[in-house]
Amino acid sequence: MTDETRTFWRTLEERAEDPAFRQHLYNEFPSQIEAITDPVARRTFLKLMGASLALAGVTACTKQPAEKIVPYVRQPEDLIPGKPVFYATAMPLAGVATGLLVESHEGRPTKIEGNPLHPGSLGATDVFAQAAVLGLYDPDRSQTLINLGEIRPWSSFLGAITAALAAQRPLNGAGLRLLTESVNSPTLAAQIRDLLVRYPSAKWHQWDPASRENARGGAKLAFGEYVDAQYRFEQADVILALDADFLCCGPGSLRYARDFAARRRPEQADRMNRLYAIESMPSSTGARADHRLPMKPSAIEQAAREIAAAVGVPGGSGGSRAAGGSAGAAGTFIAAVARDLQAHRGSSLIIAGDGQPPAVHALAHAMNQALGGVGRTVIYTQPVEAEPTNQLDSLHELVADMNASRVDLLVIVGGNPVYTAPVDLGFAEAMNKVQLRAHLSLYDDETSELCHWQIPEAHFLEAWGDARGYDGTVSIVQPLIAPLYGGKSAYELLAAMSDRPERSGYDLVREFWGAPPPGVAVRQRPTGSERRPESDRAPAPLAEGRTLPRPEFETAWRRWLHDGIVPNSAFSPKSVTARSAVGVATPPPASETDGGRFEIAFRTDPSILDGRFANNGWLQELPKPITRLTWDNAVLASPATAARLRATEAPAVTGGEHGQVITDVVDVRYRGRTIRGALFQVVGHADDCVTVHLGYGRPRGGRVAAGAGFNANAIRTSDAPWVGGGAEIVRTGEKFSLACTQYHHLMEGRGMVRAVARDEYVRNPQSVREGDETPPKTITLYPNVPYEGYKWGMAIDVNACIGCNACVVGCQSENNIPVVGKDQVLRGREMHWLRVDTYYRGPADNPETYFQPVPCMQCENAPCEVVCPVGATAHSHEGLNDMVYNRCVGTRYCSDNCPYKVRRFNFLLYQDWNTPSLKLARNPDVTVRSRGVMEKCTYCVQRINAAKIDSEKDNRTVRDGEIKTACQQACPADAIVFGNLNDPASRVARLQAEVRSYSLLGELNTRPRTTYLAALRNVNPELGD
Amino acid sequence: MSQIFHRSANTIARVSIFGAVFFIVGLLVLFAEVNRSPWVTDVHVAREQPIQFSHERHVAGNGIDCRYCHTSVEDSSFAGIPPTKTCMNCHSQIFANSPFLEPVRESFRTGRSLQWTRVHDLPDFVYFDHSIHVNKGVGCTTCHGQVDRMPLMWQEQSLQMEWCLDCHNNPERYVRPREAVFRVDYVPPPDQLEVGKRLVAQYHIQKLTSCSTCHR
Repeated sequence: MTDETRTFWRTLEERAEDPAFRQHLYNEFPSQIEAITDPVARRTFLKLMGASLALAGVTACTKQPAEKIVPYVRQPEDLIPGKPVFYATAMPLAGVATGLLVESHEGRPTKIEGNPLHPGSLGATDVFAQAAVLGLYDPDRSQTLINLGEIRPWSSFLGAITAALAAQRPLNGAGLRLLTESVNSPTLAAQIRDLLVRYPSAKWHQWDPASRENARGGAKLAFGEYVDAQYRFEQADVILALDADFLCCGPGSLRYARDFAARRRPEQADRMNRLYAIESMPSSTGARADHRLPMKPSAIEQAAREIAAAVGVPGGSGGSRAAGGSAGAAGTFIAAVARDLQAHRGSSLIIAGDGQPPAVHALAHAMNQALGGVGRTVIYTQPVEAEPTNQLDSLHELVADMNASRVDLLVIVGGNPVYTAPVDLGFAEAMNKVQLRAHLSLYDDETSELCHWQIPEAHFLEAWGDARGYDGTVSIVQPLIAPLYGGKSAYELLAAMSDRPERSGYDLVREFWGAPPPGVAVRQRPTGSERRPESDRAPAPLAEGRTLPRPEFETAWRRWLHDGIVPNSAFSPKSVTARSAVGVATPPPASETDGGRFEIAFRTDPSILDGRFANNGWLQELPKPITRLTWDNAVLASPATAARLRATEAPAVTGGEHGQVITDVVDVRYRGRTIRGALFQVVGHADDCVTVHLGYGRPRGGRVAAGAGFNANAIRTSDAPWVGGGAEIVRTGEKFSLACTQYHHLMEGRGMVRAVARDEYVRNPQSVREGDETPPKTITLYPNVPYEGYKWGMAIDVNACIGCNACVVGCQSENNIPVVGKDQVLRGREMHWLRVDTYYRGPADNPETYFQPVPCMQCENAPCEVVCPVGATAHSHEGLNDMVYNRCVGTRYCSDNCPYKVRRFNFLLYQDWNTPSLKLARNPDVTVRSRGVMEKCTYCVQRINAAKIDSEKDNRTVRDGEIKTACQQACPADAIVFGNLNDPASRVARLQAEVRSYSLLGELNTRPRTTYLAALRNVNPELGD
Repeated sequence: MSQIFHRSANTIARVSIFGAVFFIVGLLVLFAEVNRSPWVTDVHVAREQPIQFSHERHVAGNGIDCRYCHTSVEDSSFAGIPPTKTCMNCHSQIFANSPFLEPVRESFRTGRSLQWTRVHDLPDFVYFDHSIHVNKGVGCTTCHGQVDRMPLMWQEQSLQMEWCLDCHNNPERYVRPREAVFRVDYVPPPDQLEVGKRLVAQYHIQKLTSCSTCHR
């Protein structure tokens, strides 16, 4: 094996061993270099320094101000002040709900975890759920009910809507239109249907840019009806992802990531699955794939046809054969995949991505059927959405009606169609022809601006509701806090449009699930419902409209709330047969990429989705998987394509550890419209096409969203909402700085990730340790401390990590980590205690990709500790590398001496100390740091201490698994394990004893407590390494 | 060449050198003393409260257990300040019309909380947990003093880190049997060190002095 195929790299400059780039690596603080070398600035600096030292001495003498204690007037019964309480609820997003457990401190939700009982979560969460706490407390949320710029009470809106509905009554509601997002709440769907019964000529439209339009279309095409596919990864030996990022996005992805990772454990090397990915834009799934083929999005349908033909889909694809099939590397790949799939009949799985047209989804269904996967690796159920429909057609119809002035009253329940609707529809202009427009939403956004009524929506943590998980499991959405800004839920808005407008969300949901009408019997509160024995099963899910006797219902209801799920409410598999005509559907038109034209793919953003999370600082600052971009979207292209555009010499890097990418601004001309955005090269992207992410360039997105990125919706048309050909890309000559963290915290190319092929590992497990030098324990000047009692450690499995970032946001939420803003990220000052490094190996056009989360290593021989002049970082007797904020004077020597670059310094006052609502979001168990203080990962020491105190009170030791760090708890792939290394039976001790386990920079003899497990790739011998 | 300095310059030099040393040491001692003084620590300074609540009356006079009001002391980091309802349990019957108690009745009527001034106020970067101390045999009066003799509440101990560390380094000097934790009349036995050592072993009391024990 050549050296090149063995070497890991993070950026193309590093790979090319660019000497200028190497030079930059040595500048620790490049943003200050100028100030220090300029004599005038130096003198000013010294003067200021002297003054601030003197002032610092004075301010240190401030006496602590008197504080107030404000007790309850009537304390809630089960509440213990100072102890958090967890409530089960669910987060509906794009038509699917994820079960959650939310931590509440004296009535304010502070941290979100997954609900282990929920099949779509299993205790894990995605970034959106983790960041929902910040969304709840966002000070930019719509706070008042506004009618034409004036604040009005709810009663005033009730009057207006009642009058408007009364006018519709004689018309049977012919002028009434309801526009919702994808509805998957049974109660809300029943309310809407009820409305449609009373106004038979009214119409219900749905538009949700993040929901799976193509998957719905594919199911309709293949089976003639809407069904949902659920995948069974525990049964799948060979998986083919056709532009599908099933590990990170979409319904069930948390569950799938867990199941997928479980089939890649090296201890069962023979059970290890093999994943093939064909995709244009590199995704987390593509990174985890054993073999990945970059391909233009439009070409994937052709590839799918060829594979379908090869695996024997009835009516196979004759057209492609005639065209000669794919040649070269793609042909080899496709042939090998087809053979592998064939060889694993009944245990193979093909998944089509949401960006692929319905035909590819239909082909995937047909292939799964032909390969005998149906009922084994994939099952079909009735759709989770209450009313699946072709949403683009639905939106078309609405716009046509509005343009024809057939709409008198438009009620928009959630969503932001003015921003998200395809540009050619002219939604805003059409909407302006409607006489009365009302919009319920979390933000006063682009749509609100054009509506007569803006109704502040209650966040899902503020309102009662219900929702179905990816498999149909019903969760009751339980509020954690009363609406902060008097918001109304969709349920309450629909109730306002009914003949009983006074009903609350709570009553509506309970009524739907079978609560007897109020006042029938004496209210009976079941006792001890919190600790009900398992045998006391709740009754089967209730048929709609059926009511239960009161005591029985109350018992069941309490159980549902406690567990977060309604038992046995998952959909049962449905037997469907793919139409044989699938295979002969017309092949796609040849894409127009000649003559300097490119294909353009639109994707929802991995951090802010369709823009609904654009005002969430945690998500904006989160480095996106693969691109590592923050605060912006970009025109993403492969290095070869970027070079073809002669767009940029190479990203300019202004300084080693702290870098920014200065890149060219390009105009994307597409179907007569133009957007302007920064070009960014992504290794592994398919050539001759570009990807743009939606959700940016929000004109009315809020203070956080303002100025971030460009609006890709401005060129997105309804005939090609996901992929289109014929885009022209032209350099403008302007330059733009992108805050890309891939260039930050580089560890100078020293071997960070280890990965071997599965077969090599099976032959010789020691192969992962190749080139390992671990110095003997005796060679050290540090005192040798015997750690008795607890010895905390962590094992991170690079083989499992999918780079989804849930851990990063989880850490941010748990540890009160501030958001710093794009300007500070450009200076390399982002504060995330945990970063997910992305490493590449092999050729730049299609490298292997590895993710490696890097928190503080908690070195036993910690280099940071010896250089601290004030003892602000010191070792605990359990081996934690403690950081004492109140001692820190900000010399930053520790950060300078840390080989892992995991320490973060508060260069400025990053925390918002003023906004009242944001104070509620903070974890009361963790100090809120101020300016001038160093901080870093503590292994969530607040959780360790809490568990230790609990165990001491019970006179026992902490059980294995009792302490979960925030990152571990959020991780869908179970890649992070924390525990006591002194307990040989603990999971972490067993993992660290594995041969795959290695220390980062172990040759430095820092003896990190956090160790890594090497990645394995299940290589198909036919395709080679 | 004439002498530049008068002969007394030697003396002045000696005095000023030694004087400087004494002066600096004196400053340091002064600083340490001021820092430990009630001016900084507020020890033995009774605080103004919305109601002149007397622990002396309620604890010594009425014999009410600490936990009647401070309900969460055994379970939570926070000992708990009683809700207005707890006051009204008795004071809807006893002294029901006392003008002193009008703020309590007003709070109960309006639903607005009483706002007490915190007496034992640790810095925000310190995380103290009542429950574990109480469960390990640290008595209430060990830190809070003889509250049964405090008409208005004051702080008995400095709450400075050296004071915390004194006990964390030598718990045997202060621990008492668990059953005596809430007794305000508990007097340490003459052989406290012996008893303490036995209790330290029995209750598995560790000498936790890592930074992260309290700071995080």
